[in-house]
Amino acid sequence: MSHHEIKKPEDITIPPSSFFAKLPMLGGILAVAGLGATLGAMFGEHKARAAFSYLFAFEAVLALGMGALGWLLIDHSVRSGWAVVIRRFIETIAGSLPVFALLWIPIGLIGFHELYPWTHEADAIIMKKRWFLSTGFWYFRAVIYLAVWAGLGWFLYSTSIKQDSLGDKPAERERLVHLIRKVCAGGLFLYGLTLSFGAVDWMMSLSPHWYSTIYGVYFFAASMLAFFAFVTLVSMFAQSSGVLKTAITAEHFHDMGKFVFGYTIFWAYIAFSQFILIWYANLPEETEFYLMRLEGGWEYVSYALPIAHFFVPFLFLISRHVKRNKSVLAIGAVWTLVMHCVDIYWLVMPNYGSHGEGHTPHLEVSYLDFTALIGVFGVFLAVFGFLLNRNKVVAINDPRLPESLAHENY
Amino acid sequence: MSAKIWGVLAQYENPHTIYKACEQVRDAGYEKWDACTPFPVHGLDKAMGAPPSKLPWVVLTVGLTGSALGLFFEAWAMGSAYPMVVGGKPLFSLPAFVPVWYELTVLSSCVTAFLANWIMNGLPRPHHPAFNSKAFERVTDDKFFIMIEAEDPKFDLEKTKALLSGAGATLVEELEP
Repeated sequence: MSHHEIKKPEDITIPPSSFFAKLPMLGGILAVAGLGATLGAMFGEHKARAAFSYLFAFEAVLALGMGALGWLLIDHSVRSGWAVVIRRFIETIAGSLPVFALLWIPIGLIGFHELYPWTHEADAIIMKKRWFLSTGFWYFRAVIYLAVWAGLGWFLYSTSIKQDSLGDKPAERERLVHLIRKVCAGGLFLYGLTLSFGAVDWMMSLSPHWYSTIYGVYFFAASMLAFFAFVTLVSMFAQSSGVLKTAITAEHFHDMGKFVFGYTIFWAYIAFSQFILIWYANLPEETEFYLMRLEGGWEYVSYALPIAHFFVPFLFLISRHVKRNKSVLAIGAVWTLVMHCVDIYWLVMPNYGSHGEGHTPHLEVSYLDFTALIGVFGVFLAVFGFLLNRNKVVAINDPRLPESLAHENY
Repeated sequence: MSAKIWGVLAQYENPHTIYKACEQVRDAGYEKWDACTPFPVHGLDKAMGAPPSKLPWVVLTVGLTGSALGLFFEAWAMGSAYPMVVGGKPLFSLPAFVPVWYELTVLSSCVTAFLANWIMNGLPRPHHPAFNSKAFERVTDDKFFIMIEAEDPKFDLEKTKALLSGAGATLVEELEP
């Protein structure tokens, strides 16, 4: 009820010497160092290992972009108001999605055969699936996914930027708001399909005999969770870089924390749903996924995930006071992001060395996992930082900005 | 006189005036008083100086207890009291218990939240002195009310009435018990 008019924020351009202004350079350095080491190994004798590390890194970072895109589509479709003040960050993450088409090249063109057994194996089950798991169709689908994500992400980013310069043309601004909403309503369908099929094509087909109908939702849950943890940290770094210092309030952090909390539960719900059906039915072609994750050291990761990726953050983030305290919430966000990486690692890595005669998967962390993650994240960070520095850090002419500024949780 | 009345009732015309009035009553140091509105007025609990609700702690405590008891019950029933092999699984199969365990946690939390909410709000309450007031009937329509009980240590009939009128009340009534 405190109905005094809140002034629009004025600290909306990134100061040249701040941390945010250095993001493109920082990302560039990480990208060159990380990708240099990883791609170097990919052309050397550790080609298969480097390819797996790269796929893990690609999926872990792609999740940030996919979470941002999915959330923007929902946000615009339901005309959400509270998040306008942080939406430019989210749009910039989604606007970075085109770069994943480039980042995808090492998977599709270099590590393709090392990663996916169905490219060179042909048993009865794979032959049955051949119409879907065939090289040409797989590439065709990949192009569609990457094009849809890049198109939607860039559209949402650039259209929002366009609104910034339309301060004196309310009619034109309204037209863009309606256009965005229409595109988002349709985009949700495309998003759901491409995300699910993308997860199936690039991660589930690592073990081509195995299937799980909830796999796409699993990746969606992981994406949303990682994205909200990431955008929480971005908002904190933004404030320490001297932008939106008073505009982003404890109320907004509270809501971001709620989303991290909520998607923690959602992730656990989906992960457990996948597990219990396979465990109960106990069918050989389904249990393979968990069996290979219960040996060679992977069992520790399998048992740690429900505890460290669900129970710990669940109990940590359940309190309202934690979500409203920036530095405590930051711990939860960092923890969630680390566990997200472990989760994707657990999805991808056991497949390395699991095919062929007499090979059993065993957990062996390589320096390549870290260089790949640093490299892919560096590229993403460089593009994100570059786009962020080009514009105002808030959609200053969005009609719902005042609502967002006055947002309060009751 | 003041021994015979239950308290005073003041009527306000809109959310803004009752919000301001609540702040004044709060700042005057009253404790035994309440505000009634036709719809939730956001932030009114702040204006009234209401302390944070204890409900979350009650729900957390009973929810965790219910959760532990639920899991114990499943393990006891399936594992020892009525042992039955289902699908060739071990008698104590944690994965099979999780859905029911989870539902029992939610159930105990929800029922606790519902019941504790009623108890802490003093519900059900079939009669209230304010029901004697004809004006108070419009609390479910378009009027906003503050009532201060005579039992409040700060209560002084004339001063309290003056405070409520001064805060913009369009009507101040004395309420009989």
